[in-house]
Parts: sequence; C-alpha cells; structure tokens
Amino acid sequence: MSEPRVGVYVCHCGHNIAGTVDVQHVAEWAMGLPNVVIARDNRFMCASTGQEQIEEDIKQFELTHVVVASCSPHMHEKTFRNACARAGLNPYLFEMANIREHASWVHPNDREGATNKAKALVSAAVHRVVHQQPLEPMKVDIRPETLVVGGGIAGIQAALEIADAGYHVYLVEREPSIGGHMAMFDKTFPTLDCAACILTPKMFDAGGHPNITLLTYSEVEKVDGYVGNFQVRVRKKARMVDESLCTGCGTCWEKCPIKVVDTVWEAGLGYRKAIYRPFPQAVPKYPVIDIENCTYFKTGKCRMCEKVCPTNAINYEMQDEIIDLEVGNIILATGYKLFDARRIPQYGYGRLENVFTSLEFERLTNASGPTEGKIVLRDGETMPQTVAIVHCVGSRDRNYNTHCSAICCMSSLKFAHLVMEKTGAKVYNFYIDMRPIHKGYEEFYHRIMEEGATFIRGKVSEITDVARSPEEEGKLIVVCEDTLLGRQRRVPVDMVILAAGLEPQADAQEIAHMFGVGCGDTGFFIERHPKLDPVATMTEGVFIAGACQGAKDIPDSVAQGAAAAARVLGTINQRQVTLEPIRASIDEERCSGCRICNNMCPYNAIDFIEEKGVSRVNPALCKGCGTCVAACPSQVITGAHFTFEQIMAEIDGIMIDVLSDRPVVEAV
Amino acid sequence: MTASCYSYYPGCSLQHRSHAYQQSTEAIARSLGFELAEIDDWNCCGATEYFSVNRLPAYALVARNLALAADQGAEEIVVPCSACFLNLHKTDKNMKLYPELGSKVNKALAAGNLHYEPGTVKVRHLLEMILTDIGVDRLKDRTRRPLYGLKLAPYYGCLVARPDSVFDSTEQPTAMDKMLEALGAQVVPFSLKTFCCGGHMTQISEETALDMIHRIIKCAADSGADALVTLCPMCQLNLDVYQEAANRYFETSYQVPVLFFTQVIGVALGLSPKELGFGQEFVDARVLLDKIQDVPPPRATPARRSKQALPMPAMPE
Repeated sequence: MSEPRVGVYVCHCGHNIAGTVDVQHVAEWAMGLPNVVIARDNRFMCASTGQEQIEEDIKQFELTHVVVASCSPHMHEKTFRNACARAGLNPYLFEMANIREHASWVHPNDREGATNKAKALVSAAVHRVVHQQPLEPMKVDIRPETLVVGGGIAGIQAALEIADAGYHVYLVEREPSIGGHMAMFDKTFPTLDCAACILTPKMFDAGGHPNITLLTYSEVEKVDGYVGNFQVRVRKKARMVDESLCTGCGTCWEKCPIKVVDTVWEAGLGYRKAIYRPFPQAVPKYPVIDIENCTYFKTGKCRMCEKVCPTNAINYEMQDEIIDLEVGNIILATGYKLFDARRIPQYGYGRLENVFTSLEFERLTNASGPTEGKIVLRDGETMPQTVAIVHCVGSRDRNYNTHCSAICCMSSLKFAHLVMEKTGAKVYNFYIDMRPIHKGYEEFYHRIMEEGATFIRGKVSEITDVARSPEEEGKLIVVCEDTLLGRQRRVPVDMVILAAGLEPQADAQEIAHMFGVGCGDTGFFIERHPKLDPVATMTEGVFIAGACQGAKDIPDSVAQGAAAAARVLGTINQRQVTLEPIRASIDEERCSGCRICNNMCPYNAIDFIEEKGVSRVNPALCKGCGTCVAACPSQVITGAHFTFEQIMAEIDGIMIDVLSDRPVVEAV
Repeated sequence: MTASCYSYYPGCSLQHRSHAYQQSTEAIARSLGFELAEIDDWNCCGATEYFSVNRLPAYALVARNLALAADQGAEEIVVPCSACFLNLHKTDKNMKLYPELGSKVNKALAAGNLHYEPGTVKVRHLLEMILTDIGVDRLKDRTRRPLYGLKLAPYYGCLVARPDSVFDSTEQPTAMDKMLEALGAQVVPFSLKTFCCGGHMTQISEETALDMIHRIIKCAADSGADALVTLCPMCQLNLDVYQEAANRYFETSYQVPVLFFTQVIGVALGLSPKELGFGQEFVDARVLLDKIQDVPPPRATPARRSKQALPMPAMPE
C-alpha cells in the first residue's frame, strides 16, 4: 500500500476560532506533521468554497485522508464527510479536530495556550486518521408505524398529522382519557374561545381515526431497538370495564356510593366517584374503576356498579394487558406538571382557604367544573369582590425554578377578564414583568387594562390573614413592594389566584432514560439543537413535542406536535434509514466463549451462538458504545472506527510536545 | 466529653432577665439525662446592635467565644438564645466565607492569645439539639403529664428561622409544632410564627414596637391560643413584659402568657413549676397549669362545611 497522503484544513470560523487561536500558524505547523501533504487555513470551512477546496485538493494532491480542525462534529462532521464522498473518498477516512468548543471558546483569554492546544488536537487527528478504514453505512428498513406518548394537545396533533398522511399511530396516554391539561380549561387566550369546543373535535378525530390505535390508561414500560425498528412494551391497565360492552351510559358512576377528591381532572377542587369518567367529553367514553378507593376492591363488598350496569360491562377480574408494539419512530409529548404552590409557604396555599392555584381556577370557571362555572370562594357560595392574581409563582425564582413558564402572563390576563366578566370583582395583577410576546397577546393585555384590571409591579412577599386595620379584617392581605411606586403595599382581597409555573413531569427523568433522551438543567427534555432542531433529540427516531421540551402554550405545543409529525413522515417516506457503521464485531476464531460481553451490553446486542460456542454482535442493535470492546478479556472484540490502533495513534498524536515538535514520549 | 454532654453558651439574657429559661433548661437537662458544660470565661455576643455599630470588633467579640470553646475541646456548642445563636453561627460562617475577615478577627484574638479556625465548632440552637438528638419520640415516651387541653401558639421568631433555617422551613416551620403535639398539647394555626417581635425596637420607637407586639399577641389570641411558646429570650421579654404596655396603648386587655419551650417540656416531663421558673413572668403563666386536663379532650370536629364547599388542597406530609 502506498504512503498515506493527508490534507489538513484549519477553520477560522470568523472570529470564533481565529479570534483566539493563531489558525495560520496552526496550519503552517501542521505541514510538518507526518504524512501531511497539504495544510491550509480558511475563513469558513463549512461554506461551499471551503468544501470545494477539500474536493479539489483530494483530486489534485491525491489525498487519502482528510482532517478538518473546526467546530464540534455534532455541527459539521456530516458536511465534511459528504465533501469527501463527493470527491470519491470514503467518508470514514475523514477526521475532525474540535478546536472551537475544545480550544478557542474555553480559553478566550489565552491565545498562546489555545493555539498550542489546537496544535495538539490537530496532531491527534492527523495521527489517528491514517489508521482509519473505509466503512460502508448500514441501511435498515423503517417501519411506518409511529408511537406517540402522551395524549395532550401536542400528542393529539402529532398523531392526527401522521394518521391523516396514511400511516398508523399508537397513541399512548396514562390517564383514562386523552385531552391533557387543555381539557381542563374553560377559555383559551387571547381569543377567549372555548377550550373544549376547539379541543374535543380533535379528540374525537383521534379516538375514531382508522389509523390511530388509542391506548388510554396505558403506560410504556420498555423500549428496545433503534430508529426504524423500535420494540415497545405497553401496559394497558385494567379498567375493570369491558369496552366492548360498555355504552358509557353513566348509571354506574351515578350509583357508585364512593366520592373521591379528583386530583387530576378537577385539580383537587372537585369530586368524582370511585368508578368515573374523567369529564363528559372524555375519549374514550368508557369509565374506569379506581381500585384504590373502590369499596369492592378494599373490602370485597358493594358491587353496586356491577348490579346497575345494563350491559354487564363491569368485570372485577380484568387484568392488566401487556401489548408489544413495533414502531419506526417515537414522539414524546408527555407534557408538564404544575408547580406545587405549597413549596412557597408564605403564599399560604393549603393553609389559607381562599388561595387557589391557576389550575384550580380553571376548574372553578369551567362550566363542567365543580361549581358549574360560578366563581366563588372555597365555601362554594360567596362571590369574591376583590381578587388578586399573583404571577410567576415558582417561576423566574432561583429558589424554585429559574425558567419563565411562558403561559402565566397570558393565563393571568385571561383570569382577570373572566373574574371581571363573571363577578364584577376588582382585580389586582401582581407581576414582575409582563411578557405577552405572541400574536395578539399585547393587544389582549391592553384590552384587559382597559377593562379595568389593576396591575401592580412587584413580587409578592407574603399573603397573610393577619389584619392590621379594620378594612383588612377577614380578608387575605397581599403584601408586596410596588416597584413603580417605590412603596410597600398591602392589598386586602377576598380571593388569591397563584399563577403557578410549569415544571417537568415528576417522572421526566425516568421517561428520558427509557427513551434514551436527555433532560436539561431545568428538567425538561433536551432537543437536538435549541434553534435549528427543536423537535429532534440526540437519539435517532425519537422526537419531542409540547411542554415536555419546555414550558409553552397551546399554539406552540400544536406547532411542535405538527413539526415532530413532519419529521417522522420525512423518515417514513425515506423507507430506509442509514445507520452509522460504527459497530463492534467479534473475531469468532479467537473468541473463547466466556460470555462476559453478553451481560455487559446495554442494548442486548450480543448473542451467544451455542453450536459454535462463541458470541456474536447483532449489528442492527449495536450502538458502538465500546463497552464490550473494553470488557473482552481476550481482546478479540473490535469497535469499528475506534480500534486499538486508532486510539493509540490518537494518544500518540496528542502527546506531542507542540513547542519542540517532538513526541512527549521521545522527549522523556 | 460523653455523647450526652454538651458545651454550653448560655448568653447574658439567661443569666439575668430570662432566668426562667436557664432554670427550665437545666431542669429538663437533668430529667432527660444530658449535661450542659458552660464554656469557661465566655462573654456577651454583642446582641443585635454591635454588628451595626462596628463590625470587626463585633465579629471578634463573638469569635472569642468560639475560640474558647474550641480550646476547651468543644466540637459543637449549644445555644438557647436566638440572637446569640445567630451571631455565633454567622461569625463562624463568615470567617470561613471571607478569609480576609477571618484573618483580621484572628489578629484581634491573638491579643488574647487566642485563635479560631472557622468550621471547628458547630453552633446549634437548643431546640434543634433537643429535636434532633433527643427526638420527639423520646420526649413523648418520657412525658409524665401530657398537656391535654392546652392550646399553644408556637412562635419561632425571626432570628433562628432565617436566613439559615435550622428547621424545616424558613417561612412556616413546623418542627416545634410537632414537638408540642407530641407532648399532648393542641397547636393552634398561627400565621405569625416567624414574624419579628420588634427586637430592641422598644428602645428606639416604642410605638412601632408596641404595634408589632400587639400584632403577635392579637394573632395568638384570635387563634384561640392559651399561651405563646418561644425559643428566644428577646421574644419572650417583648411579648411578656410589654404586653401590658401594648394593652394600654391599643386599649385591649389581652392576658396571653408567654412560655419558653423548655418550660413546656418541663411541665410535660412532670417537673415542678417552681423548678421550671414559673411565676417569674409578668403575665401569669401559672393559670395554664390548671387548664391541663387528665384525659385528652375529644377531637374537635372540624366546623361543618356547607354542602357546596370546595375541598381544601391536601397538605403533604
């Protein structure tokens, strides 16, 4: 084999790299590295001129390997691999040195140090690249079925988009009905149209769609496989109601003697029975028995629902069902959880009875809520004459959550409108900043101001029932510093609504782990790129949509649901997906059959071949993590693109003394 | 030093005005079987004022006590007074946080041949020590005279709860509530648990101070409390001694006794009121003893809520 011929390209990335690293010097210096035949610096390697330079040089200098020193491979590895491929070079004979995130950006005040580090990183890549082997990517078929996890508005939208395009969707929801938080709302901002009127048509569409299999009261338990071929195990919890017989007539929950506070669909403000349908427009329409509160399941007696059911649909013997699905893509739309306002004890939620959360108020003002839409105090009858709405509860507060919950400004304005419209009460909004940023929002803010709501700028320090003057007696007093007035204020009111923030679901970490996605520091799922790839994740074939990605309102959730669906449809239409050929393989001649690697593999990708007495890697399941490579006591497992040779060469390269240009080992 | 022997910093108040706190602390220590060994040659902590007058000498004054405690082999000191606790705790913390302050303080201490390495001595409030090391369960086991029928308002004051709360919450702590319940008493809902008593405001602006005192007394009385329970000599003094002045000023006639939590524990342990310093207070607390019943009062049924009433949020444990 002829001598390798390496081309090195050092990118300025505008000022991003060149502002700190002496790129010209790095390129000149790289000329002296072994096997390098050409080294250049370029303002933007990722621009077409940069790519064309690589292509020309491959031809002109007969390059056998290429190194680009620029940004993270997450950004442009694909770009440069494609450039190599266009010039007829196998893309895996290319290597990237990250001198931006790993040098210029992290050492902005040390030009000399950053330059030396960049040289070491380039040297590592040059030493490594000559050992790289041409690899061929694997192509696998994509199953056209899609799993959508979460039946809120984002999940429903995603499911409908894909189903309408003609592909099958499994929509999994852990509650007995789809609809999510939106199903609890009365009105939506800023148009004040009825939430149920715009949501329920979509719910019924999803419920009756020939391409959607609705799995409510179900949870995903296990996910295996990879893009195009996921194996998903779903537990469909026993409803104790036979869906094929039930007509949803309602006799069972009317007669059920057990009343339970409904902490899910009524936000704890109303009651349901032990056998219940979450709300009138629930999809599916069938009730479910809450076995923790049902007398029959607790004592073996009662059976009232069974007695009254006209179609004999009650089945106390029903067992959870395990359903195994095979899908090509997954969309997570698992939504949010409301901040627990009890964590701010000075706001008195749970202690002072007329302090409500935003979600409680949604139920209070909802015609199908516990008061049939009457806005009253906790006693269930008194209409408030003054109402305080406290913004940013648990949001934008480093004691609780640093993020802005995005919806509270607008929902607070909506509450102010509803209170004034329904009760004529005086409304005080306590805000720290108003952020009505989307279309029609600012106009809505002005409308509410014109309707007469008062806005006080200042963070509420305390809500107390201890009066200091006769007019405060019997009231809740909202204490805050009015930062526009520069004064402490005490505002006596009858009712307080806490605009509680949006948090990741309590089990977001477990969900993330199960589906191989990450959670950011606020706990929401991390997108592949915050600006340019907001619905994809670092795991191929797993997408995110709605409030599980970050606090957002209905329009944004719907947009993301549709966006995720578009991404899924894109991959389905490719029919095949290209997988990185970076896989482990076992030299079966030398494998002793000890099976240590079998249990080490986190993806269950290694099988033991009984008849031969050796282990074998299933390349479709292997993710190339390298665990088995390190574990094998006989050292007969090779990780393609990460061979011992390549890694040792890379270490040799990085250990070069960039000042003397001699390897560190030689110097020693 | 055995596990049940604590290095003890009583502070000036307990030696003088708040003798009942000292007496009851000693009495329950004997009864519960722990020893309090007073730091030899300790001095005043400077109370709340000195830090605002001249900070460096104030830190040095406090640090001298920490240095003495460390020299005398203490790994932790127990402090009954909230102001002393805060000053000692703050000095230890800030000497570590601001090494420049630490070295200046140590320069001052060197004049007395002393040195203090911040972090050597853990500063603990007496209530926190009793709740953690002895525990509510053991107090309950040792209770000889359960405080049945006694309605108490737990008053934490501002210094111990904030800013580095040693209890469960800075705003609405419940640690002492749980202890009082374990002793058989009924704890009333009391919104001003961590509200300031005014401190030395009585000496600066009496009207302001009386307003603050009146608020706390009124809130406790409105909540139906038979007595306030405090853990700070300053709070006890303000609420007890100035209660009459506040009554005169606001034309009210409150008679709410103000106890130290150690006195309450002592009564439950079956110790004699005299031994616990009862009778030294301005608003007579001895009447409380007659209110204690032999059997637990029937659980008050919550006021019947109307049929339309909406459920309250369930409080987490």
